[in-house]
Parts: sequence; structure tokens; C-alpha cells
Amino acid sequence: MSTATPEKQLANVEEATVRFCGDSGDGMQLAGTQFTNTSALAGNDVATFPDFPAEIRAPRGTKAGVSGFQIHFSSNEIYTPGDTVDSLVAMNPAALATNLQDLRDGGILLVNKDAFDKKGLEQAGYETNPLEDGSLEKYKLHSVEMTKLVRLAVEGLGLSQKEADRCRNFFAMGLVFWLYDRSLDPTLRFIETKFGKKPEIAQANTAALKAGFNYGETVEAINTQYHVDPAVLPPGKYRNIMGNTALAWGLLAAAQLSEKRLFLGAYPITPASDILHELSKHKHYDVLTFQAEDEIAAVTSTIGASFAGAMAVTASSGPGIALKGEALGLAVITELPMVIINVQRGGPSTGLPTKTEQSDLWQAMYGRNGECPMCVIAASGPADCFYAVQEAWRISSKYMMPVFFLTDGYIANGSEPWRIPKMADLPKIEIKHPESRDSAADDFEQFQPYTRDDLLARPWAIPGTPGLEHRLGGLEKADGTGNVSYDPANHQHMTDVRQKKVDLVADDIPEQKVFGEKEGDLLVLSWGGTYGSCTTAVRHAQKAGKKVSHCHLRYINPFPKDLEGILRGFKQVLIPELNMGQLRSIIRDRYLIDAKGLNKVQGKPFSVAEISEKINEMV
Amino acid sequence: MSIETPLPVLKPADFASDQDVRWCPGCGDYSILAQMKKVMPTLGLPREKIVFISGIGCSSRFPYYMNTYGMHSIHGRAPAVATGLKSVRPDLQCWVITGDGDGLSIGGNHLMHAIRRNMDLNIVLFNNRIYGLTKGQYSPTSPLGKKTKSTPMGAIDNPLHPLSIAIGAEATFVARSIDTNIKHLGAMLSRAAEHRGTAFLEVYQNCNVFNDGAWQYATDRQSKTETTLELQHGKPLIFGKDRDKGIRLNGLDPEVVELGKGIKEDDLLFHDEKSPEPSLAYLLSRMRYEDGFPEPIGVFRSVKAPRYDDMINDQIEEAQKQHGKGDLDKLFNSGETWDVA
Repeated sequence: MSTATPEKQLANVEEATVRFCGDSGDGMQLAGTQFTNTSALAGNDVATFPDFPAEIRAPRGTKAGVSGFQIHFSSNEIYTPGDTVDSLVAMNPAALATNLQDLRDGGILLVNKDAFDKKGLEQAGYETNPLEDGSLEKYKLHSVEMTKLVRLAVEGLGLSQKEADRCRNFFAMGLVFWLYDRSLDPTLRFIETKFGKKPEIAQANTAALKAGFNYGETVEAINTQYHVDPAVLPPGKYRNIMGNTALAWGLLAAAQLSEKRLFLGAYPITPASDILHELSKHKHYDVLTFQAEDEIAAVTSTIGASFAGAMAVTASSGPGIALKGEALGLAVITELPMVIINVQRGGPSTGLPTKTEQSDLWQAMYGRNGECPMCVIAASGPADCFYAVQEAWRISSKYMMPVFFLTDGYIANGSEPWRIPKMADLPKIEIKHPESRDSAADDFEQFQPYTRDDLLARPWAIPGTPGLEHRLGGLEKADGTGNVSYDPANHQHMTDVRQKKVDLVADDIPEQKVFGEKEGDLLVLSWGGTYGSCTTAVRHAQKAGKKVSHCHLRYINPFPKDLEGILRGFKQVLIPELNMGQLRSIIRDRYLIDAKGLNKVQGKPFSVAEISEKINEMV
Repeated sequence: MSIETPLPVLKPADFASDQDVRWCPGCGDYSILAQMKKVMPTLGLPREKIVFISGIGCSSRFPYYMNTYGMHSIHGRAPAVATGLKSVRPDLQCWVITGDGDGLSIGGNHLMHAIRRNMDLNIVLFNNRIYGLTKGQYSPTSPLGKKTKSTPMGAIDNPLHPLSIAIGAEATFVARSIDTNIKHLGAMLSRAAEHRGTAFLEVYQNCNVFNDGAWQYATDRQSKTETTLELQHGKPLIFGKDRDKGIRLNGLDPEVVELGKGIKEDDLLFHDEKSPEPSLAYLLSRMRYEDGFPEPIGVFRSVKAPRYDDMINDQIEEAQKQHGKGDLDKLFNSGETWDVA
């Protein structure tokens, strides 16, 4: 169904990338989310990249305060939010100045002309008005008086000027919806739900949205509409999902599948806080969310909750994980199950709180005192969080040990279509607890908390169970009895056991998937949120006839058993990472393979082009 | 429940674990352990329902010696570990064993927050005014000028008063006892156990190796009647060997007065542990021997208030009443969805 009038052309395109950018108070995240949901509902594959400043309200109109949201939507499967932008919406000069470099030549540029006044231009560092000085000639520039048009559109609704101006994002949305032949219905439904209690605001936003849409339809200067057909995705029911939401829902699922109460101990930290927010909404799933006084209390309460028999989880980001380090040692030595989530961000120290990075891998692997190995699992994208975190809990509860779960800011805030699973189809997570004993019985023997099963897991005996009274603690334990032991041979033995438990997981995880041939000139090895750009770049290289394959790791400690063989099947190995080479160092250390790195720490994900360029340089 | 099986009659020895107690001979901790084991069988709880959580320090070895559930956690964090445990299992009785260094220095933050949440925890702080396990550095309760290995010229930080801190954090139960006053100590442990909400009990405990005699004024047979004052709810504050001295309020300040000579009992300050305002308890917590006051022992404050461990679970119940028990398939399919054929 097209809304194109006879004077307008409708062009079918395979895919498009749109970015909304403006001041952090301009509602760009909302505009982006609405466009994403609408595109997903239209059946496109979508990938998004929200990018916002660390300050809640940086000074208005400044470059520091620019907030952006990028959506890539396609009639084919896509894996990244797109390298370059086809259409850029810039709500003020600062947004234009900081985002224009990503707009492709010939791309569509929609700007709010009214914001390009003297002050706005000065704040963005423009000496002349780019809308008038010819510097934007290579783009399809549409300079729209959005402020004025919105004020006119909402006239008579009794809104103050400030309130009227707040509807500008809906105008911009309306215009982009028209441009990409999108239905307004999902956003109209959203307005109804969100602003139903404030009818004048609902009316105003509706009016602004329609005004933007009609503007596109009416104005002669915009003569082409673009249409992206639905993608061919595996059949099923879909929804759009963000990484942190998928992660929280994965935790809910894991708790139900293992018949456990879910306890989350957390301290607010960007970009992990949404996990706390999401789970706090779902208390009726028997979820206890504890906003602790600090990161240390968050993890130690998690240890207490695990001791008490709950599915215990703590979620944080790098600086918070640093504070948890000592307690993670306690989790390892007490051999209690729990999931430690790190939604990574730029570091060191406070670093770049709202930007993505993969620089906490070594922290997860090594960031504790003593010989303190931990199983490390990483999600590859927003929807994968749902499944990967269930896997983390499966391993944690089966082997009785804490498991590190890594995502990053890019995964956490990004979104993609998610084929909705049925709970009945998800594998159950079986957990057994030792049963009570009669301490008055003649044959009663003191319970030994550090006896082990075939997988070296000790029994998870829960306080409240008669006859299993025992003490855990941070001092070294004698294997079996669990009593404090300073015996040299025992310490060596227990150190070996704790390592062995992690190693044994390698027998319990799937073989490493290889995308492409199992031998060749180059293997691209990736982990975490770089999955999309790596797989896309490898696809391009394969299409170009290069002998390049791709492996993406979910299991980092331990590695899949067949990984070494795969690595050795290629003449070269390239490991692109948003850090200075942390996985590369581990791979070299483990296998003595001279992997090469492509490394970047700029708070931004890789573009496909960056990886393609490196691949082309190597083969 | 009518079919409830009667609890087996337990003795103090039933609460002793099989581990050798390894505190220094003569340590005040032995007395606290003995009283705890004595109190345990009187609580009407089976062993499996009791959990001891500690941090690091001499006092924090305590859980190893109790035949209950327990965890010797990390420095300062016992209240937080206990918070997680108690939230998940409000039916368990949870004791937190800590010291002046563990509780007030490295773990000050957790202590304060556990208390303000009024988690149903019994926190026993062994106060020996020194770091024992690390061999004798000054602690947050060491007096100003205290000479130790790390303060050869004398400590220059002001000491904290544990009970003042607890009251400042809105504690609903605050008490103090002394390791050598075993009858009183036993009674205070019982009172702490009975209180629903955070019970904070400070115990003056002697470290005979690194800080011997720190509480001598309060334990010495000759002087203790003059230097301590046993609080009793509803009774006037009277002390002294001949019970001839009392505490009177002069404006907002307490003063020591002698009974007789025109001063009657009715002129004295009367103790009210149930006062909704903590002002009186705070005033009592500030009375120091070095300022010429007897130091109160007993229950300073005991009031009822909602508990975090109850409320966190009540909210779940309430949410289940409102939304049902939670159907994940429904959640996954909520909001905007679309079908791909």
C-alpha cells in the first residue's frame, strides 16, 4: 500500500539507514524507537544504535548535548545498524555538525531550519549558516521550519510554547514515516497509551505527527518516497527487543525453567541499570530486586541469596565489577552458583559511561586475587542475550560456580527483531538439592559440604534443611568436610579442582560454529557485540571470492574444545575487538597462534567497512 | 498447625560445631560464644533455621564454632550477605557477628544500610577497641591519643560510638552488654533474638593480647557499679554501689546527681526503651566514662517498625494479587508483535 500521490515517485530500495539526532531534550530516542518498532511491524529486519551523552541534560544546543538514534532496516537479514546513513534528521546545528560526517553523499538531510539562528550556529561552531552557504550541496537538503509548523499545528489546543515545541520530534517522525512509506498507526497507538491521561498532549503529538506526514506528502521539493519490502525471516511470531530487556527476560525464563526464585542484587550503573528496572517491574514472577547501597553489597547480597537457594544474579558495568572483585573470590571459593553480568562500557575509571567497549574481558578472566578462574560467556547481540544468559545459569547451577556474563552498551541499548519462543519449548534447567537428614538417627554423619559429583560440583545444601548444617567461608576449605584447612597439599588440590570445574564445561558446550569453509586464508574470530559487523564483513569478502571464514565465540572460558583445530586450519587469524587486543592475547597465550588484531577504543562499534578494509589488507 | 512435631529438646552443646575454637586463651569472645550457645536452645528454633554470618576479624570466626548454618564472608560485608539471605528466606533467624573494625570501618556502609532497612537481623558487634587479627592497630572505637603500632604518637581520629551510629541509622533495637557480665549478656542476646527487625547489640569485649583492660573500668568488681548503669524500662536511671546516684536532665544535657539532699527518684531521668523518638536513646549512647558518666548497659531502644525482609516479599505477594503469578508466554507476546509466515 502506498501513500504516494501521482506527483510523487515511489522507489523500492533493499535497505535504508536513518538517523535522528538533536538535543538530548529533543526526544530523539523516542523518535528512533517509534521508527524502529514501526519498521519491525512492517516486517523489516532491523538493527539499531542509540547514542546519547553521559549528561542527562547537557547545555541545550551544544555539541556535548547531542543525542542520536540510528536505525538500519532491510528486506534482507542484517546484522548491524549500518555504517553510513541514507537519511539524517538534524534538529539543530550542533546535531548537524556532529553527525553530518556519517551521511552518505547524495543522502537525504532533513533539518529544522528554525533552530539555525545566530545562537544555535554559534554553539555548533558554524561561522556561516550551512543551510545557506552551499556547504551542503552534495546532499538532498530539505530545510523545514519545524518549530513554526509545529506551533501552527497545535494551535488552539491550549499548549504553552514550550509544550508545543516539545512535539517537534513527532513532526520529524511524521515526515520520516512519509519518506519511508510507513504507517502512522503504531505510533498513534503509542500516543494513546502513553499520553491517554493527558488528552491535550496526546492531541498535540498526534497533530504534529500528522503535520509532518502531510508535509512530506504536500511539499513538492520532496518528490520521492522510499519503500523497503518485508524481510524473509524464519516463520514465527516476532517482536522487537532491546538487549537489556532480552537479558532480563532471559533471567526470568531461567528462573522458571529451574523452578527458582530470582534474586537480583544491583546498584544503578549505566548501561546496566535497565536490567534492574525491567526485573523490578516483574515481581509477580517471584522476583526479588534489591537495590543495594553499593556494588559490594549488590554482589555480597547475591552471594547470600545464592546460599539461601535462590537463582542469584548481580548486574553491573566495569567500574562496579571492579568493586565486586573481592566478593567474586568468595563466590568462587564457596562454590556457590550465580550469574555476574557486566554490561561493558568505555573505561578505565568512569571512562565513557554511555559508550560501548569490550575492554573488560581481562577483568572477567583475571580481575581477582589468587588463582580464581571463572567461566565466561558473552552474548553476541540483543536477542542472543535471552538465550545466552539461560546458558550461563545452566552452567552455573550444574557446576556450582559463579559464571561471568558479558554484554556491552551496544548490545544493551540496541534492538532487533526477536522470534518469540514458547516457554514449553525451552530446555528445563534441572537443579537438585540434597535432602534433609535426621541428626538424631544412629547412623547420622555430619554433612560434608565439599563432597563432589562426577562434574566436581559440590551439593547445594540450603539453610533451613534439617541435618545439613554447615559453614561456608572465604578461608581455604578441606575438600570433603569443608573445614578450614591450611594444609599445603589441600590448597594445591582445591586450586586444581576449581580450575578443573571450569575446564570441564568444555565437554558440555556445543562445537564452535564456523561460518564458511573450515580451512582457508583468513579466519575472523570475534566475541560479543562485534558479531554483526564481523559477520557482514566476512559475507562481503566471501562474495568477493576470498577464502575467509568467521567464528564468533559465545564461550570464552573455557573455549570450545575444537577451537584450536579451527584456528590452525587458516593461514591467518584476525581478531577485531573494541579493546587493545584482550581476546587476541588470550588466544596467543593459550594456543601460541600469532593472531592479528583490529582494535579500536573510540566508544563506537566497528563499521562493516573498517573490518572489510582490514580483511582486504590481509588477503 | 496441630500436626506439628514437637521440637527436640536441645542443649547448649548441641550448638557446638566439631571445630576447635582458636581464639587466644582468655579472649572475651569465649564468653560471648558460651552465652550464645546457652541462649540458642531457649529460642524455640531448630538448628537448621539459624544462620550465622560474619565478616573478617577475630569475632568473625564465630560461625565456624556454631553447629548451625553459617558463612564466614569477607571484610565488612556480613550485613549485605545476610540481607540477600534473609530476603530470600525470611523464615530463617539470621545473626550477624562483627567487630569494631569489621562493622564500623570497612563495613560501615553496610551496617548503616542494614539497620535503616530494619532487616530482621541480630547484629552483635564485639567491641574491643583494637584490631586484633592484624595484630594491634587502632580501630574506629579506639580513644583519641591511643598509641598502637600504626599510631606511635597516638591516634588522631575521633572514635565512633557504635550505638550512636546505630541510632543515627534509625535502629529499632539497640542494646549494650559486657563480655564478663554473663547473665546480663545472655539476657541481651535473648532480647536481641526476640526483636523483629534489626537488633543491634554492642558487647564490650576484652582483647587480652592487644588491648588488655580497655574496659577494665566497666568490668572491675570495685568500680563497675560506679562506672556502669543498668537500664531498666520505666525505671529511673540510678547507679552506684549504694544506688545513691542518678542521672537527671538539665535542659537537654544529662548530669550526675546524688540522691537525697533534696533530690528524689522522681527528679531523675526515667528510661523509656519504647519511646518513638530516639532522642533519649541517643543521649544515653553519648554518656561516656571519660566524661564523668556511668556507661549504660541494657536495652536502649526497642520499637516496632516495618521490616525490609517482610516488605520485599509482601510486594511480590501484592504483585501476584494484581497480575497473577506471572505467565512468561504472555509477557513475551505483549506489546507490538507481527507474524512471519
